[in-house]
Amino acid sequence: MSAMADNKPELVELTDTQRKAQRRRSIAIALALVAFIVVIYVLTIVRMGPAILERAL
Amino acid sequence: MSGGSGLEAKNGPMAFIDKDMIAAEPRISEAMPGDFLALLKPSVMSLVVFTAFVGMAIAPVTPNMFVALVSIVAIAVGAGASGALNMWYDADIDAVMGRTAKRPIPSGRVTREQALAFGLILSAFSVMTLGLAANWLAAAMLAFTIFFYAVVYTMWLKRWTPQNIVIGGAAGAFPPMIGWTAATGQIGIESVVLFAIIFLWTPPHFWALALFKSGDYARAGIPMMPNVAGEASTRRQIFAYSVLVAISGVLPAFMGFASWGYGAVAAALGAGFVWYALGVLRMDDADRAMKPAKALFGYSLLYLFSIFALLLVDRVVVQVIG
Repeated sequence: MSAMADNKPELVELTDTQRKAQRRRSIAIALALVAFIVVIYVLTIVRMGPAILERAL
Repeated sequence: MSGGSGLEAKNGPMAFIDKDMIAAEPRISEAMPGDFLALLKPSVMSLVVFTAFVGMAIAPVTPNMFVALVSIVAIAVGAGASGALNMWYDADIDAVMGRTAKRPIPSGRVTREQALAFGLILSAFSVMTLGLAANWLAAAMLAFTIFFYAVVYTMWLKRWTPQNIVIGGAAGAFPPMIGWTAATGQIGIESVVLFAIIFLWTPPHFWALALFKSGDYARAGIPMMPNVAGEASTRRQIFAYSVLVAISGVLPAFMGFASWGYGAVAAALGAGFVWYALGVLRMDDADRAMKPAKALFGYSLLYLFSIFALLLVDRVVVQVIG
């Protein structure tokens, strides 16, 4: 057990400010990714129009 | 490093600054999304959005509304990305200029590495999105604009020659041309005129600023025209460029893509530009308040906004009447 305790990795304890900033950055990245996916999805339909449905099944 | 941002020119005025002085020690980021937004230079982006929109709106081809919206956003993000790359490279000189010392990197809120990654990722996504939304010629022009601003202007011209903002001004002049190309798929002579208006406007705008901020630029070691050629020479060059700005402003009427009504108002606005530049030309060498230079700087912003707004209104009026 003591050997295992010695090998325990050093973990960095985030401060409240760091945790809050990290969470807000994560939310911003998530929102940007969702917006990008929606833009590309709609753009595909707008650019290709009805032709998007004319494909071999 | 001394306290605060702690970044000062090592060898006094006009000395180049060691980039390694910018904090590089590994740390856990406390940057908020707003700090990354600030890297995009939102005020510059707003001008890019407006001029690109006008370029697209007065083009002879009207794109799909959604395609137009996505194209404008892509151009704006591309411009913002080049701003982030500029702040990554210029963090050392931003730290010693009062106007830029509070930017995210010199103030320690964002690291240079974060800004570089952010700028590169947004550059790639904006170019790709514009290519998919509009056409690849417009996307190639956006890629070239980012390269021109981040590499040609920021890395090469800015610290090397007093002609930095003359040549570098092309980067700010491209957006209406890209907007036009996104709508039409080609580069029209009309879009070249829009490019010329902003290109010729840039030197008197920035040299007016450089006149009353010459101390800032000297501390940062940037060879702006007043620091290199002297204030008298800068005032003469401001006047010469202002005459060219006034002429370029009325070109859309002479070339037939704006009405004579536009031409008359643009001529009056151009005369105002030359009038303010004349005030700068007559400025006394001993004048340290430099009110004429500050007035020209303010008027130049109003002028550019007014010219592009006029082009937009003119097009709408002509379409409604015609």
